[in-house]
Amino acid sequence: MTFLRFTLRRLAEMAATLLAASFLIFGAMYLAPGNPASFLLSGRSASPEALKAINDQYHLNDPFWEQYLRWLGQVLHGDFGRSIEYRTPVNTLLAARLPSTLLLVAMALVLVVVLGLALGWIGAVRGGATDSTILVGTTFAVGTPSFVAAVLLQGLFSVKLGWFPSSGSGAGLGSMLWHLTLPALALALYLIGMLARVTRSAMLEVMGHEHVTVTRSRGVPERAVIRRHVFRNTLGTVLTMGGLIVSTLLICTVLVETAFSVNGIGQLLDLSTTTKDFPVVQAISLIIVGIFMLVNFVVDLLLPLVDPRVSLGTRGASA
Amino acid sequence: MTTALVRRPGLARVRTNRPLLYLLCLGFLGVVVLLALLAPWLSPHDPNAVDLGNALAGPSAAHPLGADGSGRDTASRLITGARTSLLGPLGVVAFSTVAGVVVGVAAGWRGGWLDSVLSRTTELVFAFPGLLLAILIVSIYGEGLIAPVVALGVAYLPYVSRLTRSLVLAERERPYVEAYQVQGHSAVQICLRHVLPNIAPVVLAQSTINFGYALIDLAGLSFLGLGVPALTPDWGRMVFDGESAIQAGYPLSAILPCVAIVLTVVAFNVVGERWADQVARRDR
Repeated sequence: MTFLRFTLRRLAEMAATLLAASFLIFGAMYLAPGNPASFLLSGRSASPEALKAINDQYHLNDPFWEQYLRWLGQVLHGDFGRSIEYRTPVNTLLAARLPSTLLLVAMALVLVVVLGLALGWIGAVRGGATDSTILVGTTFAVGTPSFVAAVLLQGLFSVKLGWFPSSGSGAGLGSMLWHLTLPALALALYLIGMLARVTRSAMLEVMGHEHVTVTRSRGVPERAVIRRHVFRNTLGTVLTMGGLIVSTLLICTVLVETAFSVNGIGQLLDLSTTTKDFPVVQAISLIIVGIFMLVNFVVDLLLPLVDPRVSLGTRGASA
Repeated sequence: MTTALVRRPGLARVRTNRPLLYLLCLGFLGVVVLLALLAPWLSPHDPNAVDLGNALAGPSAAHPLGADGSGRDTASRLITGARTSLLGPLGVVAFSTVAGVVVGVAAGWRGGWLDSVLSRTTELVFAFPGLLLAILIVSIYGEGLIAPVVALGVAYLPYVSRLTRSLVLAERERPYVEAYQVQGHSAVQICLRHVLPNIAPVVLAQSTINFGYALIDLAGLSFLGLGVPALTPDWGRMVFDGESAIQAGYPLSAILPCVAIVLTVVAFNVVGERWADQVARRDR
């Protein structure tokens, strides 16, 4: 399949799935019991005129299809509507909170990739006691929810030792990095364990292949064998986890940002869920789902470059 | 060797084939389940009895594991909390296993349009992380245990259905299926009585691993205050309550539920992976 045809087909599939996801997200919110107007008035009784004004402003009395299509049209133009709780455009809310979440997720991603790959590599190559230690460590990492990690890290490093601030996201890049170190660690821990386990078992599997034995017998230095013939072969497996890693990081920001009072998008999702601020919940959900699909799309494009045995689009067919 | 030793195969397996870690995890899970079942008789105090004079108290004879920020007995809350913390994931796993097997068998056995419709739907659900789906549902229907359990059940369904589908596809090719078909057994009968028992071990191993993840997700929801109602003791909720105790420098009431969650999830993972390994070895 040519590159262009594959890209177009995948883009069309992505658009279809996103459309279905948007319908689900909007439809679910539409079916919710309770009238958004009553949340807007927060229990106060309003004159019929005021009620009508609110219903008109938020188009609450229109039929479902009209509401959905209007919302979809706005979203396609990059406008997620107005928050019911804060009375400001959702975009403004998101933009204000984007930097801390973006930095947090980026830091966690770096930790996951570096530590995950390194631990998996070391475990597979060293074997013995090192491997067992890493296995036990990753077993516990995989069993530790991000909010548990957050609370424990907070208790140890900010309350007990006072090395890091226990809450907030700081101002300025340096301060933000300092504030977000513990949250990023808490966010990354589970995925570090998972990636290390996947890398380790994938490398061990490749090490059993004949081409590795042949390369060794030709006298290629062990380091080069591991790097060029074993690790290189596992990159494809690792890359296919990209979508899962990113979407897990994104959704777990809800827990970690709440635990550390980082005013990012995850915390906003928690707050808006409690206050039934539907436009915000819809926007964040759609963004998370969209990013997951985007990452998977990029992974599918990169996979043939990393692993020449894979031709474009075969991953979806085999799964 | 001239004397033939008569060994009971069951005992031999206990001796050789079960590493310590697996047995430990199985034992731990047994203890947790027992604690949850017998919670009303085992918990020394009322888990919701507030005693502000006793707030953040350390371990004592009356309160063996201390008390939390409101003076509630930590041991009682842990034991009673085991109930909701296990019951929720049990619901998720039961729902996702039953529905996932039905969907997977239907897709794998019938194939055709049904298969492609179900695979498309599966892909759509995969795009929603379980926790996001649960949060969406909670934002609509409000806090509680039922709505998030159903949402997570739907989120975990694709993992089971995809696995079942591939297993059924492999199983359908085996000669015994054709033999039964020739004898005139109906498809439903072959699926229920012959295919299902053959694939059950693999599916159950997957569901056991899912149990741990469901526990993580549900505890996370309670941590956010979106899961179980506020007064119900729950491990995730206890971690949230414990955060303020940690800030005050008395971490015990927060660390204990953390340990309970981590150990339980690890135990479920170890047991599930062990079962999956055993099944894989049997098939080879």
